[in-house]
Amino acid sequence: MIGALRKELQLQWRTRGQAVAVFVFGATSLLLFSFAIGPSAALRQYAGGFLWLGLLLSSTLTLSEAFHAEMENHALEGLLLLPVSPRVLYYGKALANTMQLVLLGIALVPVMVVLYDAGTTRILTVLLIIILGSAGISAPGTLYSAMTSQARAKQTLLPLLLFPLIVPVLLASVKATSLAILGDPMEQGSGWMLLLVCFNGIYWSLCGLLFDRVVED
Amino acid sequence: MDGLAIDASHLARRYGRRWGLVDVSFQLERGKVMMVAGRNGSGKTTLLRILSTAIRADGGRASVGGFDLKQREEIRRQSALLAHYSYLYESLSARENLSLISRDTDAALARVGLASRADDAVSTFSAGMRKRVSFARVLLQKPSIAFLDEPFGQLDPEGFALVEEVVGELKASGATVLIATHQVDRVSRFADVQLNLENGRVA
Repeated sequence: MIGALRKELQLQWRTRGQAVAVFVFGATSLLLFSFAIGPSAALRQYAGGFLWLGLLLSSTLTLSEAFHAEMENHALEGLLLLPVSPRVLYYGKALANTMQLVLLGIALVPVMVVLYDAGTTRILTVLLIIILGSAGISAPGTLYSAMTSQARAKQTLLPLLLFPLIVPVLLASVKATSLAILGDPMEQGSGWMLLLVCFNGIYWSLCGLLFDRVVED
Repeated sequence: MDGLAIDASHLARRYGRRWGLVDVSFQLERGKVMMVAGRNGSGKTTLLRILSTAIRADGGRASVGGFDLKQREEIRRQSALLAHYSYLYESLSARENLSLISRDTDAALARVGLASRADDAVSTFSAGMRKRVSFARVLLQKPSIAFLDEPFGQLDPEGFALVEEVVGELKASGATVLIATHQVDRVSRFADVQLNLENGRVA
Protein backbone atom coordinates (compact mmCIF):
# COMPACT_ATOMS: atom_id res chain seq x y z
CA MET A 1 0.00 0.00 0.00
CA ILE A 2 2.77 2.42 0.98
CA GLY A 3 4.76 1.32 -2.07
CA ALA A 4 1.75 1.97 -4.33
CA LEU A 5 1.20 5.40 -2.78
CA ARG A 6 4.89 6.26 -3.06
CA LYS A 7 4.85 5.33 -6.75
CA GLU A 8 1.81 7.56 -7.33
CA LEU A 9 3.41 10.49 -5.53
CA GLN A 10 6.63 10.01 -7.51
CA LEU A 11 4.63 10.05 -10.76
CA GLN A 12 2.73 13.17 -9.67
CA TRP A 13 5.96 14.92 -8.67
CA ARG A 14 7.53 14.17 -12.08
CA THR A 15 4.50 15.74 -13.80
CA ARG A 16 4.09 18.67 -11.37
CA GLY A 17 3.89 21.12 -14.26
CA GLN A 18 0.44 19.69 -14.92
CA ALA A 19 -0.62 20.55 -11.34
CA VAL A 20 0.26 24.20 -11.96
CA ALA A 21 -1.84 24.17 -15.13
CA VAL A 22 -4.76 22.63 -13.24
CA PHE A 23 -4.50 25.31 -10.53
CA VAL A 24 -4.53 28.04 -13.16
CA PHE A 25 -7.60 26.40 -14.71
CA GLY A 26 -9.37 26.27 -11.32
CA ALA A 27 -8.46 29.88 -10.47
CA THR A 28 -9.64 31.02 -13.91
CA SER A 29 -12.95 29.23 -13.35
CA LEU A 30 -13.43 31.10 -10.06
CA LEU A 31 -12.62 34.35 -11.83
CA LEU A 32 -15.16 33.64 -14.58
CA PHE A 33 -17.85 32.85 -12.01
CA SER A 34 -17.25 36.25 -10.42
CA PHE A 35 -17.58 37.91 -13.84
CA ALA A 36 -20.86 36.05 -14.43
CA ILE A 37 -22.41 37.28 -11.17
CA GLY A 38 -20.84 40.73 -11.21
CA PRO A 39 -19.85 42.80 -8.18
CA SER A 40 -22.57 42.01 -5.68
CA ALA A 41 -23.08 40.58 -2.21
CA ALA A 42 -24.30 37.36 -3.84
CA LEU A 43 -20.67 36.52 -4.63
CA ARG A 44 -19.91 35.93 -0.95
CA GLN A 45 -23.17 34.03 -0.54
CA TYR A 46 -22.31 31.58 -3.32
CA ALA A 47 -18.55 31.44 -2.67
CA GLY A 48 -18.72 27.88 -1.31
CA GLY A 49 -20.58 26.68 -4.39
CA PHE A 50 -18.16 28.37 -6.76
CA LEU A 51 -15.15 26.93 -4.91
CA TRP A 52 -16.50 23.41 -5.26
CA LEU A 53 -17.51 23.89 -8.89
CA GLY A 54 -13.99 25.11 -9.62
CA LEU A 55 -12.52 22.16 -7.77
CA LEU A 56 -14.85 19.69 -9.47
CA LEU A 57 -14.09 20.99 -12.97
CA SER A 58 -10.36 20.94 -12.22
CA SER A 59 -10.63 17.42 -10.83
CA THR A 60 -11.84 16.09 -14.18
CA LEU A 61 -8.56 17.26 -15.71
CA THR A 62 -6.44 15.42 -13.14
CA LEU A 63 -8.64 12.34 -12.89
CA SER A 64 -8.93 11.82 -16.64
CA GLU A 65 -5.13 11.63 -16.80
CA ALA A 66 -4.79 9.54 -13.63
CA PHE A 67 -4.13 6.33 -15.58
CA HIS A 68 -2.14 7.90 -18.42
CA ALA A 69 1.20 6.66 -17.07
CA GLU A 70 -0.29 3.20 -16.48
CA MET A 71 -1.35 2.93 -20.12
CA GLU A 72 1.92 4.14 -21.72
CA ASN A 73 3.77 0.82 -21.60
CA HIS A 74 0.89 -1.25 -20.22
CA ALA A 75 2.41 -0.63 -16.78
CA LEU A 76 -0.94 -1.37 -15.15
CA GLU A 77 -0.92 -4.88 -16.61
CA GLY A 78 2.62 -5.28 -15.29
CA LEU A 79 1.46 -4.32 -11.80
CA LEU A 80 -1.55 -6.60 -11.98
CA LEU A 81 0.72 -9.53 -12.86
CA LEU A 82 2.55 -9.05 -9.57
CA PRO A 83 1.15 -10.92 -6.58
CA VAL A 84 -0.48 -7.76 -5.27
CA SER A 85 -4.19 -7.23 -4.83
CA PRO A 86 -5.57 -4.72 -7.35
CA ARG A 87 -7.27 -3.06 -4.37
CA VAL A 88 -3.86 -1.98 -3.07
CA LEU A 89 -3.20 -0.28 -6.41
CA TYR A 90 -6.62 1.36 -6.30
CA TYR A 91 -6.27 2.72 -2.78
CA GLY A 92 -2.74 3.97 -3.54
CA LYS A 93 -3.96 5.87 -6.58
CA ALA A 94 -7.17 7.13 -4.95
CA LEU A 95 -5.21 8.41 -1.94
CA ALA A 96 -2.72 10.18 -4.21
CA ASN A 97 -5.59 11.74 -6.19
CA THR A 98 -7.19 12.88 -2.94
CA MET A 99 -3.95 14.49 -1.79
CA GLN A 100 -3.63 16.27 -5.13
CA LEU A 101 -7.20 17.58 -4.90
CA VAL A 102 -6.74 18.66 -1.29
CA LEU A 103 -3.66 20.68 -2.25
CA LEU A 104 -5.57 22.20 -5.16
CA GLY A 105 -8.50 23.04 -2.86
CA ILE A 106 -6.18 24.67 -0.33
CA ALA A 107 -4.55 26.69 -3.12
CA LEU A 108 -7.96 27.83 -4.43
CA VAL A 109 -9.22 29.05 -1.01
CA PRO A 110 -7.15 32.29 -1.06
CA VAL A 111 -8.37 32.93 -4.62
CA MET A 112 -11.94 32.52 -3.39
CA VAL A 113 -11.33 34.84 -0.43
CA VAL A 114 -9.89 37.57 -2.66
CA LEU A 115 -12.42 37.29 -5.51
CA TYR A 116 -15.59 36.80 -3.44
CA ASP A 117 -14.63 38.58 -0.22
CA ALA A 118 -15.37 35.27 1.48
CA GLY A 119 -12.92 35.26 4.39
CA THR A 120 -13.52 32.96 7.34
CA THR A 121 -11.86 32.33 10.67
CA ARG A 122 -12.90 28.67 10.59
CA ILE A 123 -9.86 27.64 8.62
CA LEU A 124 -9.60 24.15 10.12
CA THR A 125 -13.27 23.44 9.38
CA VAL A 126 -12.81 24.49 5.76
CA LEU A 127 -9.69 22.31 5.55
CA LEU A 128 -11.60 19.32 6.91
CA ILE A 129 -14.43 19.90 4.41
CA ILE A 130 -11.89 20.10 1.57
CA ILE A 131 -10.32 16.80 2.70
CA LEU A 132 -13.69 15.02 2.97
CA GLY A 133 -15.06 16.50 -0.27
CA SER A 134 -11.87 15.72 -2.20
CA ALA A 135 -11.90 12.14 -0.91
CA GLY A 136 -15.55 11.84 -1.95
CA ILE A 137 -14.69 12.95 -5.49
CA SER A 138 -11.45 10.95 -5.77
CA ALA A 139 -12.82 7.55 -4.74
CA PRO A 140 -15.37 7.16 -7.57
CA GLY A 141 -13.25 9.40 -9.82
CA THR A 142 -10.33 6.99 -9.67
CA LEU A 143 -12.59 4.03 -10.46
CA TYR A 144 -14.22 5.79 -13.41
CA SER A 145 -10.84 7.02 -14.57
CA ALA A 146 -9.70 3.37 -14.77
CA MET A 147 -12.88 2.47 -16.67
CA THR A 148 -12.49 5.26 -19.21
CA SER A 149 -8.69 5.22 -19.48
CA GLN A 150 -8.74 3.34 -22.77
CA ALA A 151 -11.71 5.17 -24.24
CA ARG A 152 -11.08 7.67 -27.01
CA ALA A 153 -13.35 10.33 -25.50
CA LYS A 154 -12.24 9.86 -21.89
CA GLN A 155 -12.27 13.62 -21.16
CA THR A 156 -15.98 13.68 -22.07
CA LEU A 157 -16.93 10.28 -20.72
CA LEU A 158 -15.44 10.73 -17.26
CA PRO A 159 -17.53 13.77 -16.22
CA LEU A 160 -20.64 12.19 -17.73
CA LEU A 161 -20.21 9.15 -15.49
CA LEU A 162 -18.79 10.90 -12.45
CA PHE A 163 -20.92 14.01 -11.97
CA PRO A 164 -24.28 12.28 -11.35
CA LEU A 165 -22.68 9.96 -8.81
CA ILE A 166 -21.05 12.65 -6.70
CA VAL A 167 -24.04 15.00 -6.43
CA PRO A 168 -24.52 14.14 -2.72
CA VAL A 169 -20.84 14.82 -1.99
CA LEU A 170 -20.93 18.08 -3.94
CA LEU A 171 -24.13 19.20 -2.21
CA ALA A 172 -22.81 18.40 1.27
CA SER A 173 -19.43 20.04 0.55
CA VAL A 174 -21.06 23.23 -0.76
CA LYS A 175 -23.47 23.46 2.17
CA ALA A 176 -20.77 22.80 4.78
CA THR A 177 -18.36 25.30 3.16
CA SER A 178 -21.05 27.97 2.86
CA LEU A 179 -21.95 27.55 6.53
CA ALA A 180 -18.27 27.85 7.48
CA ILE A 181 -17.99 31.10 5.50
CA LEU A 182 -21.35 32.73 6.23
CA GLY A 183 -21.74 31.54 9.82
CA ASP A 184 -23.50 28.57 11.32
CA PRO A 185 -25.80 29.74 14.15
CA MET A 186 -27.91 26.56 14.01
CA GLU A 187 -24.79 24.32 13.92
CA GLN A 188 -25.91 22.50 10.78
CA GLY A 189 -22.38 22.17 9.42
CA SER A 190 -21.56 19.07 11.44
CA GLY A 191 -24.59 17.28 9.92
CA TRP A 192 -23.36 17.96 6.38
CA MET A 193 -19.89 16.82 7.34
CA LEU A 194 -21.30 13.63 8.80
CA LEU A 195 -23.05 13.07 5.47
CA LEU A 196 -19.68 13.50 3.75
CA VAL A 197 -18.10 10.94 6.07
CA CYS A 198 -20.92 8.46 5.31
CA PHE A 199 -20.65 8.88 1.53
CA ASN A 200 -16.88 8.54 1.76
CA GLY A 201 -17.34 5.26 3.64
CA ILE A 202 -19.67 3.97 0.92
CA TYR A 203 -17.56 5.16 -2.03
CA TRP A 204 -14.19 4.04 -0.69
CA SER A 205 -15.37 0.55 0.24
CA LEU A 206 -17.54 -0.05 -2.84
CA CYS A 207 -15.07 1.34 -5.39
CA GLY A 208 -12.24 -0.70 -3.81
CA LEU A 209 -14.33 -3.83 -4.22
CA LEU A 210 -15.22 -3.04 -7.84
CA PHE A 211 -11.74 -1.99 -8.98
CA ASP A 212 -10.38 -5.49 -9.65
CA ARG A 213 -13.39 -6.29 -11.83
CA VAL A 214 -12.81 -3.10 -13.81
CA VAL A 215 -9.11 -3.64 -14.45
CA GLU A 216 -9.04 -7.43 -14.74
CA ASP A 217 -11.88 -7.67 -17.27
CA MET B 1 0.84 -34.66 -12.30
CA ASP B 2 3.16 -33.28 -9.60
CA GLY B 3 6.04 -33.15 -12.06
CA LEU B 4 4.12 -30.93 -14.44
CA ALA B 5 4.70 -27.19 -14.46
CA ILE B 6 2.04 -26.64 -17.12
CA ASP B 7 -0.84 -28.81 -18.17
CA ALA B 8 -2.86 -27.11 -20.90
CA SER B 9 -5.93 -28.69 -22.40
CA HIS B 10 -7.87 -27.39 -25.42
CA LEU B 11 -6.98 -23.76 -24.77
CA ALA B 12 -8.74 -21.27 -27.02
CA ARG B 13 -8.93 -17.52 -27.31
CA ARG B 14 -10.86 -15.35 -29.74
CA TYR B 15 -10.35 -11.75 -30.82
CA GLY B 16 -13.71 -10.55 -32.06
CA ARG B 17 -14.77 -13.07 -34.69
CA ARG B 18 -11.28 -14.42 -35.26
CA TRP B 19 -9.79 -17.23 -33.19
CA GLY B 20 -6.26 -16.42 -32.06
CA LEU B 21 -5.75 -19.77 -30.38
CA VAL B 22 -7.64 -22.99 -31.07
CA ASP B 23 -7.59 -26.26 -29.17
CA VAL B 24 -4.03 -25.99 -27.87
CA SER B 25 -3.06 -28.83 -25.54
CA PHE B 26 0.37 -29.69 -24.16
CA GLN B 27 2.18 -30.64 -20.99
CA LEU B 28 5.50 -29.35 -19.72
CA GLU B 29 7.54 -30.86 -16.91
CA ARG B 30 9.00 -28.72 -14.16
CA GLY B 31 12.48 -27.39 -14.76
CA LYS B 32 12.29 -27.68 -18.54
CA VAL B 33 12.80 -25.00 -21.17
CA MET B 34 10.16 -24.97 -23.88
CA MET B 35 10.49 -23.04 -27.12
CA VAL B 36 7.21 -21.88 -28.63
CA ALA B 37 7.78 -21.24 -32.31
CA GLY B 38 5.59 -20.09 -35.13
CA ARG B 39 5.05 -17.35 -37.67
CA ASN B 40 3.66 -13.92 -36.85
CA GLY B 41 0.07 -14.25 -35.68
CA SER B 42 0.39 -17.95 -34.96
CA GLY B 43 -0.72 -17.49 -31.33
CA LYS B 44 2.60 -17.56 -29.43
CA THR B 45 2.00 -14.35 -27.52
CA THR B 46 -1.63 -15.23 -26.85
CA LEU B 47 -0.59 -18.57 -25.38
CA LEU B 48 1.98 -17.00 -23.06
CA ARG B 49 -0.42 -14.25 -22.01
CA ILE B 50 -3.13 -16.78 -21.15
CA LEU B 51 -0.78 -18.97 -19.13
CA SER B 52 0.64 -15.98 -17.25
CA THR B 53 -2.96 -14.81 -16.51
CA ALA B 54 -2.51 -11.51 -18.38
CA ILE B 55 -5.64 -12.41 -20.39
CA ARG B 56 -8.38 -14.98 -20.00
CA ALA B 57 -8.90 -18.02 -22.19
CA ASP B 58 -12.24 -18.29 -23.99
CA GLY B 59 -12.11 -22.07 -23.90
CA GLY B 60 -10.22 -25.00 -22.47
CA ARG B 61 -8.41 -25.21 -19.18
CA ALA B 62 -4.87 -25.21 -17.88
CA SER B 63 -2.98 -25.56 -14.67
CA VAL B 64 0.17 -23.55 -14.13
CA GLY B 65 2.40 -24.66 -11.28
CA GLY B 66 -0.45 -26.83 -10.03
CA PHE B 67 -2.98 -24.00 -9.99
CA ASP B 68 -5.97 -23.54 -12.26
CA LEU B 69 -5.93 -20.43 -14.45
CA LYS B 70 -8.75 -19.02 -12.31
CA GLN B 71 -6.38 -18.97 -9.33
CA ARG B 72 -4.68 -15.89 -10.70
CA GLU B 73 -3.01 -14.66 -7.54
CA GLU B 74 -1.36 -18.03 -6.86
CA ILE B 75 -0.07 -18.27 -10.42
CA ARG B 76 1.19 -14.69 -10.32
CA ARG B 77 3.00 -15.40 -7.09
CA GLN B 78 5.24 -17.96 -8.80
CA SER B 79 5.48 -16.75 -12.39
CA ALA B 80 6.82 -13.79 -14.34
CA LEU B 81 6.10 -12.55 -17.84
CA LEU B 82 8.55 -10.76 -20.10
CA ALA B 83 6.08 -9.19 -22.51
CA HIS B 84 6.24 -7.17 -25.70
CA TYR B 85 5.44 -4.15 -23.52
CA SER B 86 8.12 -3.02 -21.11
CA TYR B 87 5.63 -2.49 -18.23
CA LEU B 88 7.80 0.48 -17.20
CA TYR B 89 6.82 3.98 -16.11
CA GLU B 90 8.53 6.44 -18.46
CA SER B 91 8.98 9.21 -15.91
CA LEU B 92 10.43 6.97 -13.20
CA SER B 93 14.03 5.81 -13.11
CA ALA B 94 15.02 2.19 -13.69
CA ARG B 95 15.61 1.79 -9.95
CA GLU B 96 12.24 3.34 -9.05
CA ASN B 97 10.48 1.06 -11.53
CA LEU B 98 12.12 -2.03 -10.12
CA SER B 99 11.59 -0.98 -6.51
CA LEU B 100 7.88 -1.61 -7.10
CA ILE B 101 8.83 -5.31 -7.05
CA SER B 102 11.71 -5.52 -4.61
CA ARG B 103 14.08 -3.27 -2.70
CA ASP B 104 17.08 -5.30 -3.83
CA THR B 105 17.34 -3.59 -7.20
CA ASP B 106 21.09 -3.04 -7.39
CA ALA B 107 22.04 -6.66 -8.07
CA ALA B 108 19.36 -7.05 -10.74
CA LEU B 109 20.39 -3.85 -12.49
CA ALA B 110 24.03 -4.89 -12.38
CA ARG B 111 23.07 -8.31 -13.78
CA VAL B 112 21.53 -6.71 -16.87
CA GLY B 113 24.39 -4.23 -17.26
CA LEU B 114 22.53 -1.09 -16.28
CA ALA B 115 24.03 -0.29 -12.87
CA SER B 116 25.46 3.00 -14.14
CA ARG B 117 22.07 4.15 -15.47
CA ALA B 118 20.01 3.04 -12.47
CA ASP B 119 18.84 6.53 -11.56
CA ASP B 120 18.10 7.76 -15.08
CA ALA B 121 14.50 8.08 -16.23
CA VAL B 122 13.32 5.21 -18.42
CA SER B 123 12.19 7.80 -21.01
CA THR B 124 15.90 8.38 -21.78
CA PHE B 125 16.53 4.68 -22.48
CA SER B 126 16.79 2.97 -25.85
CA ALA B 127 14.49 0.07 -26.68
CA GLY B 128 17.24 -2.41 -25.89
CA MET B 129 17.90 -0.85 -22.50
CA ARG B 130 14.20 -0.99 -21.68
CA LYS B 131 14.27 -4.66 -22.54
CA ARG B 132 17.15 -5.13 -20.13
CA VAL B 133 15.20 -3.39 -17.34
CA SER B 134 12.24 -5.66 -18.14
CA PHE B 135 14.58 -8.61 -17.76
CA ALA B 136 15.72 -7.27 -14.39
CA ARG B 137 12.03 -7.10 -13.49
CA VAL B 138 11.63 -10.79 -14.27
CA LEU B 139 14.75 -11.68 -12.25
CA LEU B 140 13.50 -9.74 -9.21
CA GLN B 141 10.26 -11.73 -9.26
CA LYS B 142 12.30 -14.94 -8.74
CA PRO B 143 9.82 -16.98 -10.79
CA SER B 144 9.50 -20.73 -10.73
CA ILE B 145 7.82 -20.40 -14.13
CA ALA B 146 9.07 -17.70 -16.51
CA PHE B 147 7.24 -16.70 -19.70
CA LEU B 148 9.58 -14.91 -22.09
CA ASP B 149 7.92 -13.40 -25.14
CA GLU B 150 10.49 -12.60 -27.82
CA PRO B 151 13.30 -12.13 -25.28
CA PHE B 152 15.88 -11.36 -27.99
CA GLY B 153 13.89 -8.55 -29.56
CA GLN B 154 15.68 -5.17 -29.65
CA LEU B 155 18.77 -6.54 -27.93
CA ASP B 156 22.36 -6.31 -29.17
CA PRO B 157 24.68 -9.37 -29.41
CA GLU B 158 25.74 -8.83 -25.77
CA GLY B 159 22.07 -8.85 -24.84
CA PHE B 160 21.59 -12.12 -26.72
CA ALA B 161 24.30 -13.68 -24.55
CA LEU B 162 22.68 -12.19 -21.46
CA VAL B 163 19.35 -13.82 -22.31
CA GLU B 164 21.00 -17.20 -22.77
CA GLU B 165 22.84 -16.83 -19.45
CA VAL B 166 19.70 -15.79 -17.59
CA VAL B 167 17.68 -18.67 -19.03
CA GLY B 168 20.50 -21.00 -18.01
CA GLU B 169 20.44 -19.58 -14.47
CA LEU B 170 16.67 -19.91 -14.27
CA LYS B 171 16.88 -23.49 -15.43
CA ALA B 172 19.69 -24.26 -12.97
CA SER B 173 17.53 -22.90 -10.16
CA GLY B 174 14.81 -25.37 -11.13
CA ALA B 175 12.56 -22.88 -12.89
CA THR B 176 10.47 -23.76 -15.92
CA VAL B 177 10.89 -21.41 -18.88
CA LEU B 178 8.63 -20.87 -21.90
CA ILE B 179 10.19 -18.85 -24.69
CA ALA B 180 8.15 -17.57 -27.61
CA THR B 181 10.61 -16.67 -30.30
CA HIS B 182 11.52 -16.42 -33.97
CA GLN B 183 15.16 -17.14 -33.09
CA VAL B 184 14.57 -20.86 -33.57
CA ASP B 185 18.18 -21.85 -34.25
CA ARG B 186 19.50 -19.96 -31.26
CA VAL B 187 16.91 -21.19 -28.74
CA SER B 188 16.86 -24.79 -29.96
CA ARG B 189 20.46 -25.03 -28.68
CA PHE B 190 19.26 -24.95 -25.08
CA ALA B 191 15.51 -25.71 -25.24
CA ASP B 192 14.38 -29.14 -24.01
CA VAL B 193 11.03 -29.14 -25.78
CA GLN B 194 9.57 -27.37 -28.80
CA LEU B 195 5.95 -26.43 -29.45
CA ASN B 196 5.11 -25.24 -32.95
CA LEU B 197 2.03 -23.15 -33.55
CA GLU B 198 0.38 -22.39 -36.86
CA ASN B 199 -2.74 -20.28 -37.23
CA GLY B 200 -3.44 -20.69 -33.51
CA ARG B 201 -3.20 -24.49 -33.53
CA VAL B 202 -0.47 -26.88 -32.53
CA ALA B 203 1.29 -27.78 -35.77
